[in-house]
Amino acid sequence: MKVLVTVKEVANVADDFEIEGLTIPEQFLEYDLNEWDDYAVEAAVQIAEDRDEDVEVVAVTVGPERSEETVRMALAKGVDRAVRVWDDTLAEAALVGPTAMARVLAAVAEAEDPDLVLSGVQAADDGFGATGVALAEHLEYAWAAVVNDLELDDETASVRRELEGGVEELTSVPLPAVLTIQTGINDPRYASLRGIRQAQRKELDVRTLADLGLDPAVLDDDLTLTGLARPESESDATLFEGSAADTADDLETVLRDAGVSAE
Amino acid sequence: MSDGDVLAVAEHRRGELRPVSYELIAAGRDLAADLGGDLHVAVIGGDVDSFAERVNRAGADVVHTVDEGEEFNHDVYAAATTALFEAVDPSVLLLPNSVNGLDYAPAVATRLSIPLVSDAVDLTVADDLVVTRETYGSKVETTVEATTPAAVTIRDAEWPSVEDPGDATVEPFTVDIDAPSIRSTVRGFEEVGAGDVDIGEAEFIVSVGRGIDEEANLELVEELADALDATLAASRPIVDNGWLPKNRQVGQSGAVVTPKVYLALGISGAVQHVAGMKGAETIIAVNTDPDAPIFDIADYGVVGDLFEVVPELIERFES
Ligand SMILES: Cc1cc2nc3c(=O)[nH]c(=O)nc-3n(C[C@H](O)[C@H](O)[C@H](O)COP(=O)(O)OP(=O)(O)OC[C@H]3O[C@@H](n4cnc5c(N)ncnc54)[C@H](O)[C@@H]3O)c2cc1C
Ligand SMILES: Nc1ncnc2c1ncn2[C@@H]1O[C@H](COP(=O)(O)O)[C@@H](O)[C@H]1O
Repeated sequence: MKVLVTVKEVANVADDFEIEGLTIPEQFLEYDLNEWDDYAVEAAVQIAEDRDEDVEVVAVTVGPERSEETVRMALAKGVDRAVRVWDDTLAEAALVGPTAMARVLAAVAEAEDPDLVLSGVQAADDGFGATGVALAEHLEYAWAAVVNDLELDDETASVRRELEGGVEELTSVPLPAVLTIQTGINDPRYASLRGIRQAQRKELDVRTLADLGLDPAVLDDDLTLTGLARPESESDATLFEGSAADTADDLETVLRDAGVSAE
Repeated sequence: MSDGDVLAVAEHRRGELRPVSYELIAAGRDLAADLGGDLHVAVIGGDVDSFAERVNRAGADVVHTVDEGEEFNHDVYAAATTALFEAVDPSVLLLPNSVNGLDYAPAVATRLSIPLVSDAVDLTVADDLVVTRETYGSKVETTVEATTPAAVTIRDAEWPSVEDPGDATVEPFTVDIDAPSIRSTVRGFEEVGAGDVDIGEAEFIVSVGRGIDEEANLELVEELADALDATLAASRPIVDNGWLPKNRQVGQSGAVVTPKVYLALGISGAVQHVAGMKGAETIIAVNTDPDAPIFDIADYGVVGDLFEVVPELIERFES
């Protein structure tokens, strides 16, 4: 059995960031493995550990060289090998929409021919929440979105989909399938020192769009990034300033006025 | 560009239309007016006749009913929406950015080879369709232009709910769905997250987020909740980590709370969290990041470290 996990290195913006044109300068960005993908990696590694047969877990990312650090974290946690897709065309794209990103990932998946693809519900930066299901459609695989529980047999994935308002949907999909993994589905491990050492020796292939047989035009998904801005503050909050003691005094007044612990 | 029509697909679950259905009508009729076309609304599955009556609200020109199945099944929705799209030939396909919307919208857009922009908070028409969305945990507002036809999913509660009755014509629509294309089987539903406390009933809530850093630090906020005689609740990461049980989670996939006071400590204010607490009478936030979106909905705020403010507060309320 083969499991493919899609992992994205996401950027968080620092508390005091600035915007220049259509980008946020590097010094305001901190990079990390996307939280949702961390759970997907754990789910994949657990499948490999729990099943009697041999399970190969392959990670795929579309990202610059810097993202290898993130991919190595996945390798350190037990992923067997990884593929990173990058080239000038990707580097120059200001925005790759979810269906186009899915097309790129699909080219890797077609070459790998996995039984199961795990991706995250959403990427913390762009937050399209759409790439996994688009990938399933490109591959003509079955799928399930927002999965917070997974049981697998040779033919079927039985999942719980987390709907709104504390309701879960119990669904079965036949393999091969793409599942988008929700946080909380498991307890992601930390990489061990041994794992980190081993990760350095694991295979990490780099591919261009051309290597994957893709025309650069796959990125032309008719989406154009035209603006990046700090949102106008809608806040009409009264902000208390000063020392912790001063602000606590102010909060005390608000709380007592609202009836908290009124004696 | 097609003829300027908009096709919106309503959402229902377990016999009830979900509120976003009426918000789709608001978003859709503005868009149709700008594009010079009609608003088509579709209801797929369930009691389609009664759903059709209910979505027949001001601005809807045609309501299409697809009588296939009871509950949401993404294979049925994807097939029906694709067929409707081909029949109506709209400029914009509008779907909800709900858990189920995200379970079929990307497949439909891919199948139709049209661009998809998800989680829209604003929509306008220039030469192209201009979509505003939030990125980087709502700290950045991004504008994306899409050529039409395009698919867009809209965020909950960003558009008003259309309440006035409409005079749309209702047209049954039949799709040929071949059995093998239905791959997923929905086996049922389960309510989760019940337990010892019902935070939905609480009058005062002290709620804690990832800013608490470590499980051991929870003691501090527990102490504050005790001192204030308040109920302890949390954002999702705290529950995902197993530090508090699921019934303490506030938000889209947790509980909706409407207390007199909601004190948010180290919570950024992600849209899925806000969905569960925006109805609180008084919202107070303590957060080190002045740009944290929680301050947009707070009535009172302290830009500061919860580890400094909370001990001071405990001192003032401890009896
Ligand atoms: C389908 C779906 C459903 C979801 N459902 C829910 C849901 O029901 N409920 C929910 O909460 N989330 C939900 N989420 C997750 C949501 O998107 C956010 O990831 C989550 O709400 C973030 O929680 P947080 O604010 O605690 O953490 P973060 O976003 O990491 O914020 C932590 C905050 O703490 C502040 N901070 C750090 N240190 C300190 C300090 N010392 N003092 C004060 N402040 C500090 C930081 O500035 C930051 O703003 C859902 C997501 C998806 C995709
Ligand atoms: N550049 C990328 N490389 C690898 N996986 C990605 C990439 N972008 C998105 N994904 C996957 O798709 C999921 C959803 O992303 P999105 O649709 O952008 O919110 C992420 O959690 C990843 O698993």
